[in-house]
Amino acid sequence: MKDCLFQMRLKLLPLAILLLLAAPVFAQVPDQSGEASLEADTLQEEPQIPPPAPPEIVEIKDSDNDHGHSIDLEWELSPDDDGTGNYVTGYEIWRGEMVDGKIEFKLRRTVPYGVKIYTDRGDAAGGVDPLPNGKDYWYKIAAVADEDAKTESEVYGPVQATGEWFHTGKTPVAVAVLIFASFSVAFVIVAGGHIDMKQFFIMWPIIFVLIIWLVLLIRLAAGASVNALWFLYAIPGAIAGSLGLAVSIGAIGFLVGWFVWRTKGEETKLYVRPLSGINAVDEAIGRATEMGKPILYVLGLGTASDIATICSFTILGRVARRVADHQSSLMVPCYDPIVMTVAQEVVKNSYAEAGRPDAYDEDQVFFVTQSQFAYVAAVNGMMLRELPASNFYLGIFYAESLLLAETGSLAGSIQIAGTDQVAQLPFFIVACDYTLIGEELYAASAYLSGEPTLLGSLKAEDWGKAIFIVLVIVGVIAATVGWDQFIEAMTVRL
Amino acid sequence: MQETFILPLLWHLLGLVLTLFTFSFLYKDNPFYKFAEHLVVGVSAGYFVVLLFWTSLKPKLIDTVFYNFSNEWFYILPGLLGIMMWFRFSRKLAWVSRYPIAVYIGIGSGLAIPLNMQNFVNRQLSATMIPVGFGSATEFWNIFIVAGVICGVIYFFFSKEHKGLFGGLAKIGIWVLMVGFGASFGFTVMARISLFVNRISFLKDVIEIFFGSV
Repeated sequence: MKDCLFQMRLKLLPLAILLLLAAPVFAQVPDQSGEASLEADTLQEEPQIPPPAPPEIVEIKDSDNDHGHSIDLEWELSPDDDGTGNYVTGYEIWRGEMVDGKIEFKLRRTVPYGVKIYTDRGDAAGGVDPLPNGKDYWYKIAAVADEDAKTESEVYGPVQATGEWFHTGKTPVAVAVLIFASFSVAFVIVAGGHIDMKQFFIMWPIIFVLIIWLVLLIRLAAGASVNALWFLYAIPGAIAGSLGLAVSIGAIGFLVGWFVWRTKGEETKLYVRPLSGINAVDEAIGRATEMGKPILYVLGLGTASDIATICSFTILGRVARRVADHQSSLMVPCYDPIVMTVAQEVVKNSYAEAGRPDAYDEDQVFFVTQSQFAYVAAVNGMMLRELPASNFYLGIFYAESLLLAETGSLAGSIQIAGTDQVAQLPFFIVACDYTLIGEELYAASAYLSGEPTLLGSLKAEDWGKAIFIVLVIVGVIAATVGWDQFIEAMTVRL
Repeated sequence: MQETFILPLLWHLLGLVLTLFTFSFLYKDNPFYKFAEHLVVGVSAGYFVVLLFWTSLKPKLIDTVFYNFSNEWFYILPGLLGIMMWFRFSRKLAWVSRYPIAVYIGIGSGLAIPLNMQNFVNRQLSATMIPVGFGSATEFWNIFIVAGVICGVIYFFFSKEHKGLFGGLAKIGIWVLMVGFGASFGFTVMARISLFVNRISFLKDVIEIFFGSV
């Protein structure tokens, strides 16, 4: 009996061992309540991430040198931000607005760890819905370690976005803008016949100073502090800051003045190298007159303030004058409405100068569209339907250059082109009869007018180029021998 | 479901037809090209009016002046200049429109001249100040860059006759320019061909939709 019991226990032993080994497995039997309690135990056991130390806001202010709609934030990183992202993972930027006497904060952006600056430009980064100017905002920044572990800084504010009247880094540009704007307005007054050129030179500085003071008064009226006068004392500093630019503009200005003054003397006759493209202008107009076909003049895709377009206006004036003399017809399809307006004035004046104001037809100069390839489609259609005897493409051109020139070539027109767009010059060179390359377009107006003033400026430009060549040679020698100070002095930063 | 399928199909078909109409210009001017031309000119003119209203007039004038007048009232000044342009429609008061044009051209020139001086003269000047010599391949090739720049500038002298040594240097200058233009021409033509290939690919895709694989 004992043996029997012993043998039975012996047989049950492996079973017991198996049961013991399997016990942990049975303990993990998926039981809904058991699982929940286990998870709860685990969560309780996991150590919670302590909130990190808060960041410290250094400064929150309106962004400098802009038109407003932007606020700059800068803060010191949380002491717990070691730059690895292992603890502090980022920073939340909250912007608050006053609503019913209470500041309501909304999350603007989360930036990663290690970042300590942010520029708030509103909801669309200065696009259709920018941050409004002149509105009070409050900010706070939270260091984030985890969803539940974040610490906010103190609230900073109120701060407003405001626009600046002057970009302090671009004073030379501001000075140039004021000079040219006052010149243009003064010229319009002269053109109105109210004053003559002598009075103009007295009047221009007055207009220049008046514009400056008008701007300053508006600035002060807008609630600016004494800093509004910054513009006056910043000019010398800015000129000193971009000495290379100031010297080069000053030198060219002096040379232009000198040669214009010299050319005024009757005994001085300046030599001007002939350019086939310029000489062909009269030939092209004559051809149109003989054939009884119109002249097509394309001013390009530039705006009225682009230098190439301004040069093109001068040439258009000359062409229109000859067209009026020869009683041929002119077509000027325009891409830009302002260019069209100026071109109409230019052509009208030319007809008046030719003594045929009655022959001027405003529809000679017309607007097409501001879509590049739609404009090309329309001009190409005109070329094949009207078959102009001569085509002029003078101004700023882009991808349409070859499309226009090739169609004009197919139509059998004599073609004269000129642009300062280097990438488009090859197309004009291959498809047109004559091409004015880059500065030749600028020179063309002086050539055609024969005005001593403009011819003098050509001579001055040549001297400017001579100085350029000398500086290049000296600079190359300096770079070769390691004279870095010279290279640094010649490097211009605007 | 059917509507969402048919509409893109119709747009693609319109694209195919208008592309072929435009390509017909390669043969000669014809009514199909005229239709495509007038359509694109009309649509683009209307489109740009709407575009300029929503991207310029509304956000930069209406919204600023009417909704934030106390802070951005000065936007009314360019608005007034714009209104002055409308005086062109009156024969008696057309002169008023010359003033905004003068301001526009003056500001544009004032912006362009210092920037052009900086970008096209001063920056080119400092970029050409490079070491030359026979110590390395770079220094050796720099000799050609510097010589090319100097000869190129000499070509653009207008008040001195291109004769003798000066004329020879100017001739080298125009050769340098032409080499540059040739490279630019080839580069741009390649880009144009890729545009053409893209359009042919579009035509092929649309034809395949309607007539199956070709």
